[in-house]
Amino acid sequence: MSSTTQTGTSKFSLSMLINDTRYRSTTFQVIALIGLIFAMGYLVSNLLSNLADAGLNISWRFFGETAGYDINQMPIEYNNQMSHGRASLVGAVNTLIVAFLACVSATILGVIAGVLRLSNNWVVSKLMAIYVEAFRNVPVLIWILIIFLVMSNVLPQPREFRGDAAASSMWFDMVAFTNRGVYIPRLVLEDHGWAVFAAFGLSIIGVFAFRRYARALLFNTGRLIPTFLPSIGILILPTVLVYFALGSPIGLENPALKGFNFKGGLHLRLSLIALWFALAIYTGAFIAENVRAGIQAISHGQTEAAAALGMRPGRIMSLIILPQALRVIVPPLISQYLNITKNSSLAIAVGYMDITGTLGGITLNQTGRAIECILVLMLFYLVISLSISAIMNVYNNAMKLKER
Amino acid sequence: MSEAQMKVSDEIAISIENMNKWYGTFHVLRDINLDVQRGERIVICGPSGSGKSTLIRCINALEEHQKGSITVDGTLLSSDVKNIDKVRSEVGMCFQHFNLFPHLTILENCTLAPIWVRKTPKKEAEETAMHFLEKVKIPEQADKYPGQLSGGQQQRVAIARSLCMKPRIMLFDEPTSALDPEMIKEVLDTMIELAEDGMTMLCVTHEMGFARQVANRVIFMDAGQIVEQNEPEEFFNNPQSDRTKLFLSQILGH
Amino acid sequence: MSDKPSIGFVRHEPISPSPPPVQQAGVVKWMRENLFSNWINSILTILSIYFVAKIILASTPWMWNGVWTTSSLRECREVLQGTSGACWSVLAERWNQMLFGFQYPVEAYWRPTLAFVFLLVSIAPVLFQKLPRKMLIFSAIYPFLAFWLIWGGTLLAPVVVALSLIVGYLAFVKIERLTGFATGLLSGVAAVVMVLYLGSFVTTALPEFIALEPVASRDMGGFMLNLILGTVCVSLSIPLGIVLALGRQSNMPIIKGICVVFIEFIRGVPLITLLFVANVVLSYFFPPGTNLDLILRVIIMITLFSAAYIAEVIRGGLAALPRGQYEAADSLGLDYPQAMRLIILPQALKISIPGIVNVAVGLFKDTTLVSVISMFDLVGMIRGPISSSTAWTGIYWELYLFAILLFFVVCYGISQYSQWLERQLRTDHH
Repeated sequence: MSSTTQTGTSKFSLSMLINDTRYRSTTFQVIALIGLIFAMGYLVSNLLSNLADAGLNISWRFFGETAGYDINQMPIEYNNQMSHGRASLVGAVNTLIVAFLACVSATILGVIAGVLRLSNNWVVSKLMAIYVEAFRNVPVLIWILIIFLVMSNVLPQPREFRGDAAASSMWFDMVAFTNRGVYIPRLVLEDHGWAVFAAFGLSIIGVFAFRRYARALLFNTGRLIPTFLPSIGILILPTVLVYFALGSPIGLENPALKGFNFKGGLHLRLSLIALWFALAIYTGAFIAENVRAGIQAISHGQTEAAAALGMRPGRIMSLIILPQALRVIVPPLISQYLNITKNSSLAIAVGYMDITGTLGGITLNQTGRAIECILVLMLFYLVISLSISAIMNVYNNAMKLKER
Repeated sequence: MSEAQMKVSDEIAISIENMNKWYGTFHVLRDINLDVQRGERIVICGPSGSGKSTLIRCINALEEHQKGSITVDGTLLSSDVKNIDKVRSEVGMCFQHFNLFPHLTILENCTLAPIWVRKTPKKEAEETAMHFLEKVKIPEQADKYPGQLSGGQQQRVAIARSLCMKPRIMLFDEPTSALDPEMIKEVLDTMIELAEDGMTMLCVTHEMGFARQVANRVIFMDAGQIVEQNEPEEFFNNPQSDRTKLFLSQILGH
Repeated sequence: MSDKPSIGFVRHEPISPSPPPVQQAGVVKWMRENLFSNWINSILTILSIYFVAKIILASTPWMWNGVWTTSSLRECREVLQGTSGACWSVLAERWNQMLFGFQYPVEAYWRPTLAFVFLLVSIAPVLFQKLPRKMLIFSAIYPFLAFWLIWGGTLLAPVVVALSLIVGYLAFVKIERLTGFATGLLSGVAAVVMVLYLGSFVTTALPEFIALEPVASRDMGGFMLNLILGTVCVSLSIPLGIVLALGRQSNMPIIKGICVVFIEFIRGVPLITLLFVANVVLSYFFPPGTNLDLILRVIIMITLFSAAYIAEVIRGGLAALPRGQYEAADSLGLDYPQAMRLIILPQALKISIPGIVNVAVGLFKDTTLVSVISMFDLVGMIRGPISSSTAWTGIYWELYLFAILLFFVVCYGISQYSQWLERQLRTDHH
């Protein structure tokens, strides 16, 4: 739209509100804003009169009232005398736990499946194709339900682990798979146990520092030193030394069968395991497709050019193909993580008490405060989604190919 | 120097006064003063980035200018949408990448604007379209889609599409730059025919042979300003400014 | 100079093609190269074959040995006498409930079945451009026909609605020609409202005119419910998605802001929270006294959900259009509504179809979530009435395999179409 600085001689007329490009967009926006305000006002007035008719109001005090219900999977301290707010917090932590576990395992599974899908081995690539197509085309709710039902029907009961002629036995006396869940050892930290973790953290930093040194050495002097085995050494040796030097300060509390149940150790309920596995396998199929598309998106000319320069396949993959493929793979990968977090809300289908089960389930039913509960529930997921999207935008901007 | 010169009248078709344009802080067009008479054919040349495409896009308000005035056919280009619409229906434009509408047939491409902007009945619009398609010598392609035509054919259709609005001024933004060499001639021939019919034309192009044959005036632009303008013979044989001489040596030398 | 050998050469006789030398061919060679080329590949091949064989050996006898004719799980086990075998009788007895829900009248099953067949017929010309365009007339009347078939009631009701849309469209076209887009739109809407108002008198006066037995929404269930929710919500959300996409990429900050907030909000929350809203909260926002059916409330929320995702897909399509198309439309003098309607949207929508189909598949899978708010779609039927009936408690594999089969066939079919279409579009564009 052209605009010239007038010499101030034109008069203002009402039709200019629509026809003059300087005012036009303001006019439309004002109309839209008025329309929005009217619509919102209409909805809110309906809401208030309906609430008044039902004798309800909007209040947030229920968060401080006693919850009165138990939560089966409790990663943090909780009992049924604590507040609804505390119960919601427990649920939130449960959501984050299962989302994190599923994200990590889905990524590993997806990357492996995606790379294998591209392999020359006909059997392997077809098998991966079947995996991807089978899991992508069936709703995730069905997978969650099936895995849960299979596990509860197939895995043995705890009492079958009893006695000398037990029908089932634990793995290395440490892990027990039962139809009530999986029992794993719990880490017990004694006096200076934290030092071992600190040593491990420092080792990770040490590995990066070593690799930078090796690369600087290559650029400055042309000497190529081996990095793979020394990196593994740096990662493991210091941690092991510190562990033994401090007298093995980290112990394992193994689950043991006492009576009809296992006591001690960490109890991962079947609902958590089923939800985790289902989300990981389902999303892994989508990630596999993203990885495959990313690698195939890099034009073959790149590989050819690198080969013509004399580079070997390993270096071509790590220096040329993977960096470019990551640019294509990471954004949809991050939106799959978002999907995992949102799909974790299906936990109530199998009785896992995530935030949808506590805040949106039992708390909502008990207190009747539907609007407040659902609002806070949506807010929780929104905050996570927006944070993940913000991270993705930062990544995209950092990785953008510089163009003219 | 042909009798085409005779067709230039005294009436001013386009009047640009002190026009300036900025992209943000970048001063892309500086103090442009240009009067185009009806029937005149002007070729604008210059290095890339000199603002020549931006200049002609300001004339049909595809780009807006911040200072100065542009008057087309007596209508001042202001922020009034009605003025802009009026100017656009009188000025036709041909783009470097043709910009035909790929989902419509050739005939539909040509009848679209007359039907929807001038409210011409469909039958009449189709007759006009066929007339101009014959003029650009591809009437048999009327029912094909743009994707099925060659580059040169597409550009000729683009010219016919603009002509269907019966414009009084035609703007050309590097019409042959995206064409394979063997197709440039057919498009230039079409443009020459248009010129001989008396159309007022502003053409941004590198085709200096065309300029010599058809133009009344050649304008050289550099860094957003009009550096030199003259009749073609004088311009090519006797460039005055050093920048003009440098430019001509680069494009005519090899 | 004349005894320097000449470098000139001209071929007079062309060389005709001849077959390549005989190689070692055959299955063994192919296997050696592809499956066992190095030791990693060999191990992977052997592991994969072992894995596949194990699954097949475990499941085939179970499926083959199935019992089809008993009437409860206990009877199945009696017949099988301890051997492993599937109890397919649950499917034989309950397949119609799984498809139609347990409250849909049995004698009316032909109606949704016919509606499904017509769905395939009516959607074919939209998906496949090569089919005759006349079929689109059937596609246009299909929504009204399907509504009448599935929900029943008098034929006049959908006819009145269809009539109102036709009259509205005619009013829009005629008045837009004369005075412009905005007034045309307003008069179109006014015409629709008027015809609906007048028509409502006719339908209340003649409820039996060419009527089918009416079926309440709460009696719908099974796989049919998933299909209805999927198709209705996707179709309704496409126009809404177009509006949102155009608003999202507009230059006007307020309009863009409204659209961004809406889209990001919907995309940031799980569908189940929106279904909670439909179940418990949405009725608060309607005027006091209105009582909308649960299925209608669910349709509203799922449509809003789907519209946000489709808006993002269409935004991508709009961005993929070369800027020259916008410029050409402008330079010809077309105004915004004309340019959008005639030039930009037809092209953008065509590019967006694969993305829209992907959203549609995802949405169709997500319709299973209504089982969580106690609606009896296919999953809800399995978890609810069938699993809790005394005859069939404890059975799960057979039921879920049937569900998996149904969903897989539909979803895989749609995604294969989408891939085919993407290949078509890739060769189409220049």
